[in-house]
Amino acid sequence: MAKKESSFFNMVSTLFVVTLIAAGLLGSVYALTKEPIRLAELKKKNDAIKMVVPEFNNNASEEFYKVGIDGDSVSIYTATMDSVVVGVAVETFTNSGFSGLIKLMVGFAPDGTIIDVAVTKHAETPGLGDKMEIRKSDFHVQFQGKHPDDFKLMVVKDNGNVDAITASTISSRAYCEAVQRAYDAYISSQPKEN
Amino acid sequence: MNQWNNFSKGILKENAVLVLFLGLCPTLGVTTSAVNGLGMGLATTFVLVMSNLVVSLVKNAIPDKVRIPAFIVIIAAFVTVVELVMKAYIPSLFDALGLFIPLIVVNCVVLGRAEAFASKNNVVSSIIDGLGMGVGFALALTVLGGVREILGSGSIFGLSFIEGDGMLLFILPPGAFLALGYLIVLANKLKEKTT
Repeated sequence: MAKKESSFFNMVSTLFVVTLIAAGLLGSVYALTKEPIRLAELKKKNDAIKMVVPEFNNNASEEFYKVGIDGDSVSIYTATMDSVVVGVAVETFTNSGFSGLIKLMVGFAPDGTIIDVAVTKHAETPGLGDKMEIRKSDFHVQFQGKHPDDFKLMVVKDNGNVDAITASTISSRAYCEAVQRAYDAYISSQPKEN
Repeated sequence: MNQWNNFSKGILKENAVLVLFLGLCPTLGVTTSAVNGLGMGLATTFVLVMSNLVVSLVKNAIPDKVRIPAFIVIIAAFVTVVELVMKAYIPSLFDALGLFIPLIVVNCVVLGRAEAFASKNNVVSSIIDGLGMGVGFALALTVLGGVREILGSGSIFGLSFIEGDGMLLFILPPGAFLALGYLIVLANKLKEKTT
């Protein structure tokens, strides 16, 4: 087959056909992978919730409400065991990580005590800031069982109670900020007593 | 050119990373561990083979003046397919490679092979060329990732063999340049021997 001539009509029609086929291909792949992607993300969310609250038997990842805070909103998932609230998981965020956005799942007992914290998304430096991941270091352990009222969520350098990750003060600060934001959101979502 | 040469040239003699110095952005960016390097290498290999296949099939139907945009559309389509499939079935790898998957589109290895090889050769040669180039790329990335992981985190393929931290420098960007430099020395040495 001879090479097609670069006439105006040939160029336009070729590009049109190429993009049309590419669009068709992408459309069908998108449709095929849409459901698996949703399931994969749901599973990730479920795993994170399971990590930070006690055992529950409701469908926690789908029973949530949003609370607006700091110009954005966080999702709060309520975990119940036989209709008794055993804990809430707050999906919180911060933009002040060393590489921007960090997302955490923070589990609170009904009285506001932190049960555990898990990182769901981050882009911190491998080997430094990524120690905030549960499987990489014990950084998260110091938050367990603490109540933000008497445990100041700031690194020691800023006169707080949190031991920062060595050489990752910025990441640690961002982490604390996100946990604080989760607590604020949780408190503001609770009906006021008296 | 026989097909074995066609395949093997991508592994050492014309290795995209170590000899042609193409596609260095993902090379330096994702190779913090051997698994990441391998994942990126395989994703790129898939895109290379598929784009070489399609480009060599349609090369005569595409007028010369619009061949680059046409090639880019073809490559971008395959990259997006890889991205969606990876997100759906291997989310953990997608989390690690994240940003670098869409960037395969602008990896000059892929467009380079489409333009320099697939648009001038037949389908079978093009597939083999893409496969060779891809395997060479994956190999270079895995070795580089492995070296950085061993020195930087004291582990290999996620299996840790020392307590505590390694030399952090090798996980950080400067370590990538250092390790790559020595790999290139090694590749040149090997090349001298074989020729």
